[in-house]
Amino acid sequence: MSSAAQTTNGMAIVPEQKFSMRGAYGKALVELGKTHPELVVLDADLSSSTKSGLFGKEFPDRFFQMGIAESNMIGTAVGLASSGKKPFLHSFACFVVGRFEVIKLAVAYNESNVAITGTHVGVGIGEDGYSQMGTEDLGMMRALPNVICLQPADDVEARSAAEFLMDYEGPSYMRITRQNVYRVHDENYRFELGRGEVLRSGTDLTLVASGAPVGYSLLAAERLSGLGISVEVINMASIRPLDGELIAESARKTGAVMTVEDHSVRGGLGSAVCEELAERYPVPVMRTGLREFGGSGTEADNYRIHKLDVDGITDNARSFLEVIRNKA
Amino acid sequence: MAERNPLDIEEVKQRARKREPVIPMEQVPDAVRAIRCDIIEMIAKAQSGHPGGSLSLAEILVTIFSQKMRFDPSNPEWEDRDRLILSKGHGVPALYATLSWLGAIPREELWTLRQAGSRLQGHPARALLPVVEASTGSLGQGLSIAVGMALAGRLDHKDYHVFCVLGDGEIQEGQVWEAAMAAPKWKLSNLTAILDYNKGQLDGFVRDIMDIESAAAKWRAFNWHVIEVDGHDPTAIAAAVDDAKTVTDRPTMIVAHTVKGKGVSFMENDMSWHGKAPNEEQTKAALAELGC
Ligand SMILES: Cc1ncc(C[n+]2csc(CCOP(=O)(O)OP(=O)(O)O)c2C)c(N)n1
Repeated sequence: MSSAAQTTNGMAIVPEQKFSMRGAYGKALVELGKTHPELVVLDADLSSSTKSGLFGKEFPDRFFQMGIAESNMIGTAVGLASSGKKPFLHSFACFVVGRFEVIKLAVAYNESNVAITGTHVGVGIGEDGYSQMGTEDLGMMRALPNVICLQPADDVEARSAAEFLMDYEGPSYMRITRQNVYRVHDENYRFELGRGEVLRSGTDLTLVASGAPVGYSLLAAERLSGLGISVEVINMASIRPLDGELIAESARKTGAVMTVEDHSVRGGLGSAVCEELAERYPVPVMRTGLREFGGSGTEADNYRIHKLDVDGITDNARSFLEVIRNKA
Repeated sequence: MAERNPLDIEEVKQRARKREPVIPMEQVPDAVRAIRCDIIEMIAKAQSGHPGGSLSLAEILVTIFSQKMRFDPSNPEWEDRDRLILSKGHGVPALYATLSWLGAIPREELWTLRQAGSRLQGHPARALLPVVEASTGSLGQGLSIAVGMALAGRLDHKDYHVFCVLGDGEIQEGQVWEAAMAAPKWKLSNLTAILDYNKGQLDGFVRDIMDIESAAAKWRAFNWHVIEVDGHDPTAIAAAVDDAKTVTDRPTMIVAHTVKGKGVSFMENDMSWHGKAPNEEQTKAALAELGC
């Protein structure tokens, strides 16, 4: 068992306690529905999984069950938005972003005020296997010129991000996990677009993490500190726009950056960080995450296999620093 | 895990390669029961999966595979084999159990369902297990692939038949209707689709989520030959496949009326059993009711 890891703001992860991101998100929609009559919610036969069904129960008139027909759901949301509604649409990340070209034209190019929420991201979903995993979604969504991309690290941030999106004008994409996650924020935390968050300061290595791996990264940082390695951990919930300034500032201090995400290393957080560093302050970067197809397995097995758990992150960090040292 | 009188795989192979029944029709119900037992045991062992939409498939898969398919359990790449695509990929425990019964998957492997490293992924993965004809699990994609296989068969002057099994919720996907339009264009009489019309989907009953009625009339309007059958009656399913093969100018859709969760009374027509595993007590009850 890992020992508790302290964040800079005094929040300690309790390794035995995990919280539902989907649940917090679904409840946030219900709360927002009470004060925002323009809020409408759509789902494609996954409302019990995405938790948008909580809203449907409370506001049946403003909830649209679209059936297993994601393209039509996306188009319908754009129509609702063009007539003054604020649609939040839901499916698994892979199925909704799978209708990419509909998003590209109908949502993005119309500058439509639609919030897309994709759940069940990454290998963390476990036993269902690759066909149900959102593992390339950020790569696609981030490529669109005007879609903001968010990935909360815990339940508190998921709720806060939902509140932010309610007031945001324009197309957005948020990805959230199926599995429960460590809580890394206290109740007063507020999400800010374009801002990274230093959860722990350090001097030897910067870990930039997003989503479920953030909690594991903090625990790994704690373990690495026991090995004499001082690690800075940045939570990057705003993947686009990305806080390049913060990453460069941290890189100046540590000289080495490792990214950690439950997504392909091609196109997601890792790529985004490399792009920023290449232009601002090039340092060695190690991208960690998915390098091949995910598969069935327990969440724990999958995080072990893809080196996203505490052992895996610790191990990756050590070998990365070793490679840098040998080159020097 | 329940013991079972294994089939003589050599005999299965000889018969199936000639598209002869591998067991007499009278024995199909017993085989179906055994497949349902395996479905429950696999999902219980994995502690995740989709019992409802797997149980409704048992007669369809067992009847087609044991009576109407030309295949070689030891050679999934045989060019002349009939193909069956399970487009509703989440029903795959029924397919794995059927393929194992016929000798195409070792029986011990069934109990690795959904475990890390298993070929028996939560949804079919062709790269790992070539005996499944297509990786599915994102609903709506299988019929298009079946159209392509049927076109290739025609180009190559092969007389293989292509089957595609769809879910009733699944046909809400637009891509299904794109394929539905394409198959009659090329008069693909070597293609037979089967609709597992079990009236349920994930969030609830199909009629409440997004009604597909009148399903048979819709497929007819798309110029398919349409047959409606009781999807739990092996004789009717076999007759429908025979009927399909008499049609030479269009594809056939067999609308098979089924019950979601069929065979386990507490799962039947209860949508909460779409995608969850039974606990120990429920597993015992299910196996007892099935007579495993
Ligand atoms: C494109 C896509 N959207 C959503 C899902 C999630 N999902 C898995 S099974 C299912 C319901 C399927 O209903 P149906 O086709 O009727 O199958 P059955 O009821 O026989 O299990 C849904 C929505 C999916 N697998 N693929």
